[in-house]
Amino acid sequence: MKAWLFHLVALAGLAVLAAVLPAYHANNLARVLVLAVYATGYNLAFGYTGMLSLGHALFFGAGMFGAALPVTLWGWGGVPVLALGMLAGGVVAGAVGLLALRTKGVSFMIVTLMFAQAGYLTLIWFNAVTGGDQGLVLPGAARRVLGIDLTQDAPRLWLALGIYAVALLLAVALVRSRFGRIMLAMRENEERSRMLGYNPYAVKLKVLVVSGLYAGLAGAAYGLFFGYAGAGFATVQYSILPMLYSLLGGAGTALGPLIGAAAMFWLIDFVSSLTNAYLMLVGVALIVLVLFAPRGILGFVRERWLPWLP
Amino acid sequence: MAAVILQATGLAKAFGGLKAVDGVDFALRAGEIHALIGPNGAGKTTFVSLLSGRIAPDAGRIELGEEDITALPAHARVRKGIAYTFQITSIYPRLSVFDNVALAVQSQGARDLRAGVAEALGRVGMESLVSQEAGTLSYGHQRLLELAMGLALKPRVLILDEPTQGLAAGEIDGFVALVRGLVSETTVLMIEHNMEVVMDLAQRITVLNFGQVLAQGTPAEIRANPAVQAAYLGTGDAAA
Repeated sequence: MKAWLFHLVALAGLAVLAAVLPAYHANNLARVLVLAVYATGYNLAFGYTGMLSLGHALFFGAGMFGAALPVTLWGWGGVPVLALGMLAGGVVAGAVGLLALRTKGVSFMIVTLMFAQAGYLTLIWFNAVTGGDQGLVLPGAARRVLGIDLTQDAPRLWLALGIYAVALLLAVALVRSRFGRIMLAMRENEERSRMLGYNPYAVKLKVLVVSGLYAGLAGAAYGLFFGYAGAGFATVQYSILPMLYSLLGGAGTALGPLIGAAAMFWLIDFVSSLTNAYLMLVGVALIVLVLFAPRGILGFVRERWLPWLP
Repeated sequence: MAAVILQATGLAKAFGGLKAVDGVDFALRAGEIHALIGPNGAGKTTFVSLLSGRIAPDAGRIELGEEDITALPAHARVRKGIAYTFQITSIYPRLSVFDNVALAVQSQGARDLRAGVAEALGRVGMESLVSQEAGTLSYGHQRLLELAMGLALKPRVLILDEPTQGLAAGEIDGFVALVRGLVSETTVLMIEHNMEVVMDLAQRITVLNFGQVLAQGTPAEIRANPAVQAAYLGTGDAAA
C-alpha cells in the first residue's frame, strides 16, 4: 500500500510540474518522460533481473522505425503506429533473446551489442527506405493520437505523462508480483533459482520481451512526439543511456530511471550553458555518485530510509 | 522391501581423463534415509549432481518412480520432486528470509504464500526471523534456511550435500532430530562426512570410492566391511 501511494504521489507531483513549467522546460520534460519509459523497461531487465544488455538501442530503434515506416510508406498514423512500434520492439527483443540468452554476463553484453550494431548498419544499408543518416521527418498529419495534436507542446507533454504513468504502474505491479520475485532471484543467484524449479532461460526471455515492448513503445513515441526518426537513435549510445539513467537514479528501483533521466538531462542542459566541456562535469558528477551512492539516488534513499520501496 | 523411488543404472561421468562417476548402479527406497559416504574425490558430489540434473551424464539412466528422467533439465526435475541443497550454502543473501522461502513455496504453485512460508520456517524453528535479510543470518541459520527452502518444495526426494558441515555440536543434534522427523513425508539422500551423524541417522549407506560403488548396506554391515575399513574408515589393514 505504501509503495503504491509513494508512486501515485510522485505521478501527482509530475502532473503539477507539467501544469506549471514554462514552455522550454515543459518540452524537455516530455522528452525526459519518453526516455524514462525506455529506461524503466531497461531497468526491468538490468536492475531487477540482472541482464546487462548493450543491445537495447536496437529495440528502441525497432520501435521508432516500426512506427515511422508505416507513416512514410503507407500514410498511417496515431495509435496503430504506436502499437506497431511497441510490438516491433518486443518481437525484435524476443528474437535477439532467443540467441543471446544462451550466454550471460560479459558475453551477453557483447552478443547484444553485436546484434544492435548489425541492426544499426541495416538501417543505414536500406537508406532508400529508412532515410539512413538523414532519417525521416514525420508529417504533422500522422502525429495525432486519440485526437491529441502532438505538434503542440502541452498536449504532447500530457500524453507523455500518461504513457509514463501507465508504464511506471505496470512496472511496479510486475516487480511486486510473484514473477517479480523470480526476477530478483535470477539476478541474485541463478543456480539456486534453477534448483528451486525455475528455468532461467525462460524467465529471462520473458523479461527481455517485456523490456523490448517498453523500448519499442518509447522509440515509437519519441519518433511521433518529436516528428523525426533517425538511425542515430539505434547507435550504441542509446543502449548506454538507459543504463546510465538506471544507475544514476537507482538500478532496481521503479522510479529510479525517471530520476536518473531527469537528473542527467537537466545537468547536461545546465552545464552546457556554462562551458563547452560539459561532458567532463557530467563525468565528475557520475564519479561522485559512484563513490558516495553506488546504488544510485533512489537506491541510496531506499537503503537509508525507505526499505519497502520496490 | 519398500518401493524404489529413485534409481540410477550404469551412471557415468568423466571430466577429461578422470572418471568421476564410473558405472554406478544405485537404488533409493521410498521413505529411507540413505547416506552417501566416501573419501574426498570419490565422486559423491558429482553423483548427486547427476541425479539432480545439474550436470549431464556420459552414460546411464536415471528413473524417478517409473519415469525415465535422464534427459530432463535440473529445473524440471525439481518440479518432479527432486530437491537439492547445496554443499556451500546457496541462498539469496540480499533478499529477506520470507522471500527466500517464498520462492520455494511459489515454485510449487501454492496459493497461500504466507502459510507455506510460515510452515517451512516453523519446521526449522526460524519463524521469528522471517523479515530479516538472509545475508545477515548466522551461518547455522543460513544452513537451516537452505533446508527450509528444500522442505518448502515438498520434495519426494531430498538430497542434502554435507548438511552438517560447519555446524556447532548443538546445532548438529537439532539437525539430526529434524531430518529424522522427515521420513514420514520424504526420502532423504545425504552426503555426509560426520560418521556419528551417518551411523545415527542412515538406514542404509552407500560407499563410493574412485567413482565406483565400494559397498552398500546397513550401518552395521558397512562398519564390518573390511574393504570399507581399508579405504575409508582408516582402521583394519590400513592401520595395521
